[in-house]
Amino acid sequence: MTSQPGVIIAGAAETDAIGKLPDKSTLQLHLEAAVNAVADAGLTMRDIDGLATVSAPGPVQVAHALGITPTYLDGTGVGGTSFLLHVRHAAAAIRAGYARTVLITHGESGRSRVGASPFPRGGGSSIPGQFEAPYGTMGPTTAFTIPALRYMKEYGLTHEQLAYVAVAQRKWAARNPRAMFRDLITVDDVLASRLVAWPFHLLECCLVTDGGGALVVTSADRAQDFPKPAVHVLGTGEASESPMISQLTDFTESQAFRLAGQAAFAEAGITTADVRHLMIYDAFAHVPIYGLEALGFTAKGEAGAFIAEGNTEPGGRLPLNTNGGGLSYTHTGMYGMFAIQEGVRQVRGEAAAQVPDADISVVLGNGGMFATAGVLVLGRSGR
Amino acid sequence: MTGKPVPEPTPDTQPFWDGCARGELMLQRCRACGEPYFYPRPVCPACGSTDVEWFAASGRATLYSYVINHRPAPGFEADAPYAIAVVELAEGPRMMTNIVGVPNTPEELVLDMALEVTFEPRGAMSLPVFTPAGKARAS
Repeated sequence: MTSQPGVIIAGAAETDAIGKLPDKSTLQLHLEAAVNAVADAGLTMRDIDGLATVSAPGPVQVAHALGITPTYLDGTGVGGTSFLLHVRHAAAAIRAGYARTVLITHGESGRSRVGASPFPRGGGSSIPGQFEAPYGTMGPTTAFTIPALRYMKEYGLTHEQLAYVAVAQRKWAARNPRAMFRDLITVDDVLASRLVAWPFHLLECCLVTDGGGALVVTSADRAQDFPKPAVHVLGTGEASESPMISQLTDFTESQAFRLAGQAAFAEAGITTADVRHLMIYDAFAHVPIYGLEALGFTAKGEAGAFIAEGNTEPGGRLPLNTNGGGLSYTHTGMYGMFAIQEGVRQVRGEAAAQVPDADISVVLGNGGMFATAGVLVLGRSGR
Repeated sequence: MTGKPVPEPTPDTQPFWDGCARGELMLQRCRACGEPYFYPRPVCPACGSTDVEWFAASGRATLYSYVINHRPAPGFEADAPYAIAVVELAEGPRMMTNIVGVPNTPEELVLDMALEVTFEPRGAMSLPVFTPAGKARAS
């Protein structure tokens, strides 16, 4: 639908291991992922002329450590979806001629905190510091979760349906040897796990892990030049809503998810019926519900039942979060990179829990707490 | 033990915190389009006008959503489990708050229940919190 030249993901890889890695610093995780992704593309660091990563340690540090002198830098840091935005911005930069081959890296010692920045302490003079932190928020478990109760009242989502999101994703994780949690669980197991922030139990909250991943993005006219099948970036979208959970427009939906999805689907020229595989950033069990509805896979209020009826689990008609997701696979703090990696693996046909005919995969990333969103439409064929 | 976070006013938020010290919940309203809004800022989020004014809100609100937090933030250890709530003010804007004067349980905290503002000391500041309607005046 557009005459703009195509862009592909030519290389994609995670760190050798993910999980608990107390012997690896944040920077090491970036570099390991970068080396793996560049090798996956059959390239060397000398072929990289663009670098993107979030603000800490930042693109200058990562480029310098790898001996790259980039002509294009992107330090967009808007939460865990940032890497989806990096892909989008890299596509624009490649089309504009600012760079030919862009490396996007993520590394985070989220669990072990080796070489990591300290967690920001709430309070102080920032707007969230004045208007949210004084009420006892402490990170995403205490705030990202707040909208869910409103959704439950408005649409009748049950505690059992919310718990089932974790059950469904564990079924995928059971098929993935790299997933941190692989034992099957039941709704009763979820509801019996300890309360973190009612109505959320521990098993409805994401993991906290160490790890990294990286991508190599280049132009589609080079699609035959790489060892692995090219993954075409067919459409992209990005949007933001509110820096504070209390200021979301409507607690039953994400405007950012919806707007980013509409932009990506329109650019790709697809509808939900074309999608064979889906990744939705799942920091908490309600987020895939909000994501399914924002992208139009179900009507408003129906996504909880859609998941509970088995549609998104192995054998279902819409495979969702097939690596096990942030709830069971891994979550370093910025999960978006891992959602993209699984989308790439599925389109290539090399995933641990491979979906048949995954020729179009959609990846929805969340940043902050419904603060930002990125969406990628990935395809086996170019436009 | 670390104390609870104390808000630090900035020039754009100072009138809000001065209002709290007087026992008034101050909001802003756009003189161009009439839209009331929160959090304090010098530009109307509805129309972009900088012709905005402060006014004292009614203090009435309803309970919009919440969690009951079992992993207390530093300073909140004695309160856990405690509700972190978002209320919808009668004037329209929403704000985060705590709910006082009622057990913080799912049974007692019913969405859309009527609330009213009251103020708690926090360091040298006064912090707006909410309580079931009728309780603030009665106490």
